[in-house]
Amino acid sequence: MHTKKQILDLQVIKHTSLNDHHAVLTCTSEKKLPTLLAGQFAEISAGDTAGTFLRRPFSIHDYNKDENTVSFLIQIKGNGSAIIGSLQPGEYMNVILPLGNSFSMPAQGEKVLLTGGGCGVAPLLLLAKSVIAAGASCDILIGARDEDNLMETEELSELGTLFTTTEDGSEGIQGFVTDHPVMQELKENYSKVYSCGPDPMMKAVATIAEASGVDCEVSLENTMACGIGACLCCVTETTEGHKCVCTDGPVFNSKELKWHN
Amino acid sequence: MAQLNVNIDKLKLANPVLTASGTFGYGFEFDDFIDVNDLGGIVVKATTEEHREGNKYPRMAETPHGMLNAVGLQNKGIKYFRDEIYPKLRKYSTNVIANVSGSTVESYVAVAREMNQLDHIPAIELNISCPNVKEGGMAFGTSCASAQEVTKAVREVYDKTLIVKLSPNVTNIADIALAVEESGADAVSLINTLLSMAIDIRTQRPVLSTITGGLSGPAVKPVALRMVWQVAQAVKIPVIGMGGITNAEDAIEFLLAGATAIEVGTANFIDPQVTVKIINGINEYLEHTGCQSVNEIIGALKTK
Repeated sequence: MHTKKQILDLQVIKHTSLNDHHAVLTCTSEKKLPTLLAGQFAEISAGDTAGTFLRRPFSIHDYNKDENTVSFLIQIKGNGSAIIGSLQPGEYMNVILPLGNSFSMPAQGEKVLLTGGGCGVAPLLLLAKSVIAAGASCDILIGARDEDNLMETEELSELGTLFTTTEDGSEGIQGFVTDHPVMQELKENYSKVYSCGPDPMMKAVATIAEASGVDCEVSLENTMACGIGACLCCVTETTEGHKCVCTDGPVFNSKELKWHN
Repeated sequence: MAQLNVNIDKLKLANPVLTASGTFGYGFEFDDFIDVNDLGGIVVKATTEEHREGNKYPRMAETPHGMLNAVGLQNKGIKYFRDEIYPKLRKYSTNVIANVSGSTVESYVAVAREMNQLDHIPAIELNISCPNVKEGGMAFGTSCASAQEVTKAVREVYDKTLIVKLSPNVTNIADIALAVEESGADAVSLINTLLSMAIDIRTQRPVLSTITGGLSGPAVKPVALRMVWQVAQAVKIPVIGMGGITNAEDAIEFLLAGATAIEVGTANFIDPQVTVKIINGINEYLEHTGCQSVNEIIGALKTK
């Protein structure tokens, strides 16, 4: 199914600061938003300054068809994300969406595990809602450096049992998501594992899932220029050679990936 | 509406706006955003004789008003192009120009010979200027002798419009342009990207996997404009100008400097509709300045 990509000016209607370097921007559009799927992303313009020439890719964090809203979880990393992440209600941003493929949905009645590291929780909110809409259910396991970086815990805990880990032990189990006991019984409890976070975290989750005989889908985040498959800059190595994260992904079955290095 | 049509050798363009190879995929990627047939033509992603995986990630670095790339001519080779991509390209009524690259003279010739058989490809752009491959590519475009050798060899097997894409990474680009003109090129296009690099000071490593890459975007425009002007002064064949063109004003500067047509590259990544906006902007400029035809401003730079 191909949804036509659109270039839209979105108006920010809500800015929720999660901590000092993450914010959720909820936006609306005068035009009807195209259907957005869990795992897809948008290329957001930060305007043209010396340091923000190209658009920045951000996951669709949430999408409400009835209210015609879309939200993005912005991690402030550099100049571009700082400009986008500081947009306030009433301000506009230019986006191209929807981009990329999407997570595959479990069958009705299945139970799946969603894993996220740091701002890798970004696509998990819409994913959890979509899993439930598909008649399946989910548990959610998220990890972060510390309590402050465990984000969207309230929203996620409404959609499934939430498990947490922190590297400093300030919340949940101390360690990485892969240290959590739920990772030891994947085959017994889940038909599929989804993961989004830093590459080493996704690779570690995928390794355990594959060893347990459970399918694992990961959402990659590579540096991009165009986001539409034209520049071939964002490639990842797969069993079938280089593939574009922007158009062949960002969601890949972990077995397809060779991972960088 | 002013007359926007221009000719590059036998090639008739409805307007002077083309897309730069490697920035526009095969055109399909932009079908959601524009009617590709509104453009003067498209120059599709480079094709080599054999399948190429391209360079390792990371392949891109953003720099002030520009970007570095080190894609390395990733493509599935001429046979795949002929059998799988070309049939789909036939849907376009505009000019579809193939960019041809290689690592040896023989491999350029092999691709050009195949392209010559494809009715719907009226021209090729010979890429002797890619900075991101270990063998061939830019090496052919940085000396007059090798540029001549590959151009002559391709000319012998290619009957249609032969455009040679020049590298800016040379001491005197006009000399290279003259060399390929003498060797049978019907037009030259310039500039390819500028050899460049970026360093991450936190890791103290190069940003690109290949250490060096090619710079494009508005940052290179003044350099490109100067080179287009120099080449247009030197050769009799048409010049296709490119390098950081982001809007109609940029495009008009290149036309004034002597370019018969222009290619839009990196700007496609930021605004997939930019090419159509540039065509409209050129038309507005011509109407505003009382010109009947775009030909009136080509090379019309006043230097005295």
